[in-house]
Amino acid sequence: MATANFRELSLNGLWKNNPAIVQLLGLCPLLAVTGSVVNALGLAAATTLVLLCSNTAVSVIRNIVSDAVRLPVFVMIIAAAVTCIELLMQAFAYELYQILGIFLPLITTNCVILGRADAFASKNPLPLAMFDGLMMGLGFGVILVLLGAIRELVGTGALFANMDLLFGPGAADWKLVLVADYQAFLLAVLPPGAFIFTGLIIAGKNLIDGEIKRRQDARKAKPVKGSKRVRVTGTIS
Amino acid sequence: MALLRVTSPHAHGPMSTPKVMRQVLLATLPGVLVLTHFFGFGTLVNILWGGLLAVALESLALKLRGRSPGFYLKDCSALVTAVLLGIALPPYAPWWLVAVGIASAILLAKHLYGGLGYNPFNPAMVGYVVLLISFPVQMTAWAPPRGVGEVPGLLEALLACFAPASYDGVTQATPLDVLKQNNSLLIGDLWKDNPLFGRWGGAGWEWANIAFLAGGLWLLYRRIFTWHAPVAFLAALALMAALIYDGGSSASGGSPLFHLLSGATMFGAFFIVTDPVTSAVSVRGRLVYGALIGLLVYVIRVWGNYPDAVAFAVLIMNFAAPFIDHYTQPRTYGHKTGGTR
Repeated sequence: MATANFRELSLNGLWKNNPAIVQLLGLCPLLAVTGSVVNALGLAAATTLVLLCSNTAVSVIRNIVSDAVRLPVFVMIIAAAVTCIELLMQAFAYELYQILGIFLPLITTNCVILGRADAFASKNPLPLAMFDGLMMGLGFGVILVLLGAIRELVGTGALFANMDLLFGPGAADWKLVLVADYQAFLLAVLPPGAFIFTGLIIAGKNLIDGEIKRRQDARKAKPVKGSKRVRVTGTIS
Repeated sequence: MALLRVTSPHAHGPMSTPKVMRQVLLATLPGVLVLTHFFGFGTLVNILWGGLLAVALESLALKLRGRSPGFYLKDCSALVTAVLLGIALPPYAPWWLVAVGIASAILLAKHLYGGLGYNPFNPAMVGYVVLLISFPVQMTAWAPPRGVGEVPGLLEALLACFAPASYDGVTQATPLDVLKQNNSLLIGDLWKDNPLFGRWGGAGWEWANIAFLAGGLWLLYRRIFTWHAPVAFLAALALMAALIYDGGSSASGGSPLFHLLSGATMFGAFFIVTDPVTSAVSVRGRLVYGALIGLLVYVIRVWGNYPDAVAFAVLIMNFAAPFIDHYTQPRTYGHKTGGTR
């Protein structure tokens, strides 16, 4: 990881090592609050901010904290960041704060955050750690919002309902009704729907990865000039 | 050309999957006819529309998975799923309800897990539970049986399915539901005032149950399945009812006979519990599996939130089937204990 650069960090956070669909960390909030886009967006923003703050702080103090006490210190830092975010949401988006409920304080125990603090931020200089926190948060957030959008769309036939909870009264009419007279499909909004659609998103990612790998292999395997022999073993040199 | 890898045993019994499935289809016939007599053509429309969709979706899934639809469709398992789901759904269900149920059953419960033989959960019951959780209003809208209300004709049944907006159906609570909602009456009074109740169970329902029992007994005679799971299921349900029923009050959940001949009891016992893929396989395992389903059905019917519970109970026990099998492996000849313990 010592040679990690910004490009690699963003690729890791958003795709190759995505916390939500590759590492499968932080599944509890992922499954619990992604019933709609606004909930998912609220939690995604909160988690990203906490990740950014905690990675920053952990990286700053990484050389003065001994290994033996590092985990309690990290948890304290994360809890402090979560408390700040929680108070901010309470002040500026009180209704959303109430909807997210216990899942806001529970960000403290989100494995993504402690995982990044211990695995990356505690070993890397400040700019890299900050960037990693941001990218991991974004990777997690993108999946949260995607899942929220799918579940809201399948569950209610509309998108972006109640966005005023997050963006103020001006956003109240952002709701897009895509299918009029839609019969609410409760399963998608209930927890089983979260499991099913998370599974489908992971399957979709694996499908894309497989396709990319297939193309790379096809590009690598250049046709051999000259020799037309059929050989069963070994490679033709 | 399909090259099939043939493994032992090489001496085959006369039964093959297509034959078994066709006999199961045939055995549902008396039950379907009785349901049609009492509730009109709704069930038949469900089955036909569902069967069409099931075959189409099965071909699509097989195609996507690179299997030969022509070969695998012949095992009729998709049709069996559609018929079982069509029977379980309320008659006069709108077309999209059937479509969502069949899609969940065939795509989600069956092919995502690897197709016939690999599905841990009974596909028809997964489809049913997806619908029951998602659309409680449509899923609890049962038509009144013949003798209690008007039975719609074929045209109205088609209209109800394909143009649900223009169809104004009459629906009514099922006997199990009525019994559940009234828990401070004497059963005798409830019976007398409500034409929904018949001789032993619900009017119409008791005959449907007897018809499914007849179909099931025929399958048993044809040795499609063994008696263990259905008998254990029915015995556990009856035993629970006999223990709790106090002979008169409606809060005590109805007599054993009422439970045996109400709702989906017989249909579940012989057509759902006996699914060879998702049930326990050892003899003792089947007894445990069936008995626990019976127990759960009674518990959910009488103390739970839903009037009938065969689908939930079967899905829960599908979870437990490998566990049951692990602890009920038969003793191998010459060994003291069976299995891996």
